[in-house]
Amino acid sequence: MLEAVDLACERGGRSLFRRLSFALRGGELLRVAGPNGSGKTSLLRILCGLLSPTAGAVRWEGTEIRRLREEYSKQLVYIGHAAAVKDDLTAAENVRITCMLAGRRVSPRQIQQALDAFELADLPVKRLSQGQRRRAALARLLLSQSLPLWLLDEPYAALDAAAGRLVEELIDGHVARGGAVVFTTHQDTRVRASRVIDLDA
Amino acid sequence: MLEAARCIVVRDLLVAWRRRSDVATALLFFVIVTSLFPLGIGAEPDLLRSIAPGVIWVAALLSCMLSLGRLFAADHADGTLEQLLLSAAPLGVIAAAKAFAHWLVAGLPLVLIAPLIALQYDLPAPLHPVLALSLLLGTPVLSLIGAIGAALTLGLRGGGVLLSLLVLPLFVPVLIMGAGSVDMAAAGLAPDGQLLLLGALLIVAAAFAPWAIAAALRISME
Repeated sequence: MLEAVDLACERGGRSLFRRLSFALRGGELLRVAGPNGSGKTSLLRILCGLLSPTAGAVRWEGTEIRRLREEYSKQLVYIGHAAAVKDDLTAAENVRITCMLAGRRVSPRQIQQALDAFELADLPVKRLSQGQRRRAALARLLLSQSLPLWLLDEPYAALDAAAGRLVEELIDGHVARGGAVVFTTHQDTRVRASRVIDLDA
Repeated sequence: MLEAARCIVVRDLLVAWRRRSDVATALLFFVIVTSLFPLGIGAEPDLLRSIAPGVIWVAALLSCMLSLGRLFAADHADGTLEQLLLSAAPLGVIAAAKAFAHWLVAGLPLVLIAPLIALQYDLPAPLHPVLALSLLLGTPVLSLIGAIGAALTLGLRGGGVLLSLLVLPLFVPVLIMGAGSVDMAAAGLAPDGQLLLLGALLIVAAAFAPWAIAAALRISME
C-alpha cells in the first residue's frame, strides 16, 4: 500500500501543494489532475522517490520509501516525461536494458511480443518518431505486469488513438489484477479512476 | 547487483561503439596535443626526454576531461538517468559501473597508445612500461573523481567550464605521482613508491567515489 502523509512541495520558492494526504491500495487507480505547472510531475517524482518532498513522507507498506530505496524501486515502474530510451540503441535493446536494471530478466521472445503489441520495428531509436519513442518506453509496461505499482506521467502524450487504447487496456488490466496505478493526463481517457486528486483545488 | 553493473557497462560500451567518432575525437585530441609540444619547443632530444612524462600526463588529464561532460549529461537529457536512479541495484554500484565504462572508453585507449607517443619524445624503452603502468593506475582515478564533478555539475548552465575548474585541481595528486614515477625511473631510481601511492589512491577512490557520485546524482536530480 502506498501512503502519502501531509506532503508539501515547493519548487523555485513557489508552493505547489501542501497538506496532501492519501492512501492507495492494490486495485485502485488514482488520477492526478491540474493545469500545467500545478505540480503533477513533481508529485509523481516524489512518489517514486526521485524528489524529496518539502514536508511530509511517502510510505510503502508502512515504511518510508527513503529508507527502502532500491527495495521500493523494485516494486514500481515509473514512466516519466522523457521517454528514457537511448538514441543509439534499438527499441529491443532499450527495453531489455531497462528491464534488467529494474532487476527483471526478460526473454527475447517476451520483448518481441511487447514490441509487436506496440507495433514497433526493432530499429535504432534515433530513426523513430516521437510517438514511436513513447511506444518504446511504454512497451515496458507489458513486461512489468507483475509489479504492484505503476506511476505514469502523461502516458498518452504523443500517442495515436490505437496506442492510447492499448495503454488504457493495460492500465485497466493492471488494476483488475490488483495493481495500483497513479497517472496524470490532460487527454480524455476511458479508464475510470477510483480517485482523483486535483492539485488546482 | 553485479548483473546491473554489467548491464550498465555493456550498455555504455555499446553506445560508445555506435558513436565511435566521439571516442576517436578524445583519443585524437591526446595524440595531437602531445605532438604539438615537440613542434613548438623544438627537437632538442634531451629537453624532449625530460618533458615527456609531464606533457603526456597533462594531455591525458585534458583528454579525459573532454568526455567527462557527457558522462551523465547524455543520460540526463534522454531521461535514462531517472531510470538508473530507480534501478534495483544500489546507486553506488551503478555509479561505479558508469565510471568503469568511462575509463574503458576514455582511459584505457590512452594507456595503450602512450608508449607510441613516448617514441616521439625519444623516451628510453625501459621507461615505457613505467609510463603505461602509471597511466593504468592513474586514469581510473581520473574517471572516478571526474564522475563526482560531472554528477555535481549536471544540468547547470556552463557546466563544462565549471566541471574543469572543479575537477582539474583534484587531478593534481594523480598528475604529480604519475609523471613523478616516470621521472624517478628516468633518473635511475625505483619508481615503486610513486606507483604504490597511485595504487593506493586508486583503491581509496574506488572505495569512496561511487558513493559520492551517487549522492551528487541524487542532489542534481532533485
